[in-house]
Amino acid sequence: MLDTSMTLNRRTFVKATGALGALAAAGGVASSALFSGGAEPAFADGEEHIVWSHCHVNCGGACVLQCHVKDGELAYVESDNTGDASFGGVQARACLRGRSIRPWLGSADRLNYPMKRAQGTKRGDGQYERISWDEALDTIASEFTRIKEQYGNEAIFIQECSGVEQNIMMNNPFFRLFNLLGGEVTRYGSYSSASISFGAYPYVYGKSWGNRSFKTLQDDQLVVMFGFAPNDMRMAGDGPGYDLNVAREKKRVRIINIDPRRTETCTNLGAEWIPIVPGTDAALVAGLTHELIESNLVDLEFLHTYVTGFDEDTMPEDAKGANASYYDYVMGTGYDKVEKTPAWASSITRIPEERIKRLAHEIGEAKPCFICQGLGMQRHANGDNASRAVMALALMVGQVGKPGTTSGGTIGNGGIGLDSLPTGTNPVKTKIPQYLWPEAIRDGAKLTREHDGVQNADALKVGIKMLVNYGNNMMANQNGDINFTTDILRDESLCEFIVQYDVAWTDSCNWADIVLPDLTPQETYSLTAAGETNDVAGIRFGQPLYEPKFERREVYEVCGELARRLGVYDEYSAGGMTREDWCRKLYDELREDAGDDYDLPTYDEGVAMGAFTYDIEPSAKVDPFIEDPVANPLKTATGKAQIFSPEIAEMAKTWKLDESEKNAITPIPVYVPGPDSAEDVTDEYPFQILDYHCKGTTHSTYAHNPVLNKITPFQAWINPIDAERMGIADLDRVRLTSAQGSMITQARVTNRVIPGVIVHPQGAWHRAPAEGDRTDEGSCTNTLTSRQRNPISKGTGQHSVIGTIEKVEG
Amino acid sequence: MTQYGFYFDATRCTGCKTCEAACRDYHDLPLDLTYRHVYELEGGTWTQAADGTWTTDSYTFYTSFACSHCDDPACTQVCPTGAMHKGDDGLVSVDTHRCIGCGYCELACPYGNPHVDRDKGHSVKCDGCASRVAAGEQPVCVEACSMRALEFGPVEKLNQGDGRAAVAPLPDPSVTTPNFYIKNCAAAQPSGSTSCVVANEAEVK
Repeated sequence: MLDTSMTLNRRTFVKATGALGALAAAGGVASSALFSGGAEPAFADGEEHIVWSHCHVNCGGACVLQCHVKDGELAYVESDNTGDASFGGVQARACLRGRSIRPWLGSADRLNYPMKRAQGTKRGDGQYERISWDEALDTIASEFTRIKEQYGNEAIFIQECSGVEQNIMMNNPFFRLFNLLGGEVTRYGSYSSASISFGAYPYVYGKSWGNRSFKTLQDDQLVVMFGFAPNDMRMAGDGPGYDLNVAREKKRVRIINIDPRRTETCTNLGAEWIPIVPGTDAALVAGLTHELIESNLVDLEFLHTYVTGFDEDTMPEDAKGANASYYDYVMGTGYDKVEKTPAWASSITRIPEERIKRLAHEIGEAKPCFICQGLGMQRHANGDNASRAVMALALMVGQVGKPGTTSGGTIGNGGIGLDSLPTGTNPVKTKIPQYLWPEAIRDGAKLTREHDGVQNADALKVGIKMLVNYGNNMMANQNGDINFTTDILRDESLCEFIVQYDVAWTDSCNWADIVLPDLTPQETYSLTAAGETNDVAGIRFGQPLYEPKFERREVYEVCGELARRLGVYDEYSAGGMTREDWCRKLYDELREDAGDDYDLPTYDEGVAMGAFTYDIEPSAKVDPFIEDPVANPLKTATGKAQIFSPEIAEMAKTWKLDESEKNAITPIPVYVPGPDSAEDVTDEYPFQILDYHCKGTTHSTYAHNPVLNKITPFQAWINPIDAERMGIADLDRVRLTSAQGSMITQARVTNRVIPGVIVHPQGAWHRAPAEGDRTDEGSCTNTLTSRQRNPISKGTGQHSVIGTIEKVEG
Repeated sequence: MTQYGFYFDATRCTGCKTCEAACRDYHDLPLDLTYRHVYELEGGTWTQAADGTWTTDSYTFYTSFACSHCDDPACTQVCPTGAMHKGDDGLVSVDTHRCIGCGYCELACPYGNPHVDRDKGHSVKCDGCASRVAAGEQPVCVEACSMRALEFGPVEKLNQGDGRAAVAPLPDPSVTTPNFYIKNCAAAQPSGSTSCVVANEAEVK
């Protein structure tokens, strides 16, 4: 859930927000009871010990896992039972995923030994031989040196590490090591949030701005969520789903959820669901705006004070006289000259015209109104614009920058910041958009700034020749269009050396040259801040549950072994520091920074406590920009919030898009359907197919857990009307097919999805032959998704898919 | 005699199944067996207007339940050996030495709770985490619920919401007088409703 910038923010100590002061007021001294056995690793002595650890898998949270360990095995998991157990109190209670780690830790899928691809086989053939750690490390060190000397450091790339996102170590040891040896090409953006972070916030607010948590909600107010499902994917006891539930009951907030799928906020909790055709949110906003204008519900005083580009009066001087404002777009006096009436929006979104009008009045009349978006919407084609459109909606009704509102973007706000392992300085400044790493392997120097979003260079010098995947399942699971991606990986002349280092044998391992077995964060020392940036502060002091099993080894030590081979061990290890030493050091630095502001336990006290979690009072302050926009301008081109972005207007002149992209770079958030939209369905591909984040897994982590598979199965939701038409019954075995590929799964006939759309959870483990028709038997939706990239951010638009469903026997 | 029971605030439940996962983990249950069920029910229809837009009156709601530790349990009545019995705390449990694994309890219980574990050769069921409760703790499902939708305790001290559970897919409470109390959510349908169906059959069977 966290992109690079958010991650850095979260791990940078928060002083300016007043979070610490509020924390002191709200929380006081760390006073949780001491629990037995936390300080020393509990190994096989026949007794049951409690060892504290945490979940770490990038759902947005980092829940407390209080592990009961006996005879060197995890017996069962409790979670956070410290603090306030009442409804409204904060405990970092783990969800079903964290409660189900026992079958995961002991899974037959676990990697136990270093492996290398068998001689004479190709990537994807799946033939591997056990090797020694020495052989594995010697090979990696020598290949690193060879590739660095032959192609330069720009040919080396370290993938993101979503599976171990919540702890101080992450994949930083690889960066720390390689940065001592000339560096590597790096990425910006993430699969999760590239479009909002790099295609929306910078052009609307200059940077992420104005985000508040659900704790800011006021009595009896309205919440409008676009494609946001906090009760499906961020279920922790200190998470936003809980906050929203508490506000629903205690503050009687009314919630409207606009989504193609009935999320869990709209089941028992009783929020209203407005079903929408996927990818059409920007059209809905335009239709809402038309009604707001017609009904005098736009906040003109706010717009004329704080916002650029709503109407002609607020356009930048050099853009005036061209009918280029958002008003002109909506009222049909500019751009395509089509009036964006509620009826127009209705024909695209399939939301009744009357409901759009009523929604406009509800939004326009509610004070305050909390308008927010999830991250699914911006992963559609032209998701940059969809994301900006929802921010524009919040601006048009003046509902930003004060309690009871957020930015029209995501939710957010204070937490405790903890630095992660320092990575040093990377001499290579060139960056690529995260989503385009396969293209960077295939096309190398053809990737440019203006076509592909390369940063800090006009173009790449060289393609990626060495790929390090640590703690992720990107190669053959989580990246859009698996068949496209693995075609590139199979060609060893392109990327010459691939390391996969993980806890389990996913299909991504089958595309690596060397596979290394990791410990999970529960099996080693692990320190993390509470995950959610929603006004909680906490630290988890993870200790190893048991001694390492088989030949699994953790990443910091392994990179140290590589550092020895490459002659930089002393610098790498800062004179021999261990992983546990770093936990202690980084925590001590945090504690020192906190000073007298509040009373953090010492590291040893923390280890004995296991974890602490504090509530933070949400800020009651109005944002400085709102208080005085002249004295406190935003970091945009105009210093104001921007519905019209001069930066994007400039890009539109110079950046190059392929015709086939069907994208557009527009300075206001125009609705651009893009490829594989609802307008593109055919007799062959009559459905939009949409993947989503489900309850049972976080991305692909835990996705092969039999307990979770049993109670939250991977199923294709299809509306009864469509099911009848396609001859499909509940629980039928079905094939989903798009232009990109084909996968087998199970049908779930349900009213919970809008007709014309099939939704399926993402993250299931890909299981397909490397050749032939490559049908995936593992229900992995990225068999179907595309390489669609968004025009500004170059982030993924892979949610835009059209395809079909058919019943299959068996 | 103390009578323990469960309370479920359906207005807070998000159907996340953490209660079930925690129960499975703590009791080390095999995949095909669970003491706590989270049923998902749905009903309603979709209508397309002439202009192509969609409206729906459909709804979805969850009911999470384990053993209801009934005043008048069906399982104890049919047990031929007296193995299935009600203790002084009102909790219904199995005397594993007396149980012959005949399975009558499993057939009789309208809450789907006792199951014969063929490997163990006797019935197994939710005992309200009796050993935890004896140690002053809450059942693991209750403590697991992020949303605080579950409570457990002596019924006279327990929240009673809208009374003894009378929602689909459960039987009318007059059948066994369950010590399972519910605060109903808006979408809930009454026991015996034919307007909704179990939507997650594969997950609960």
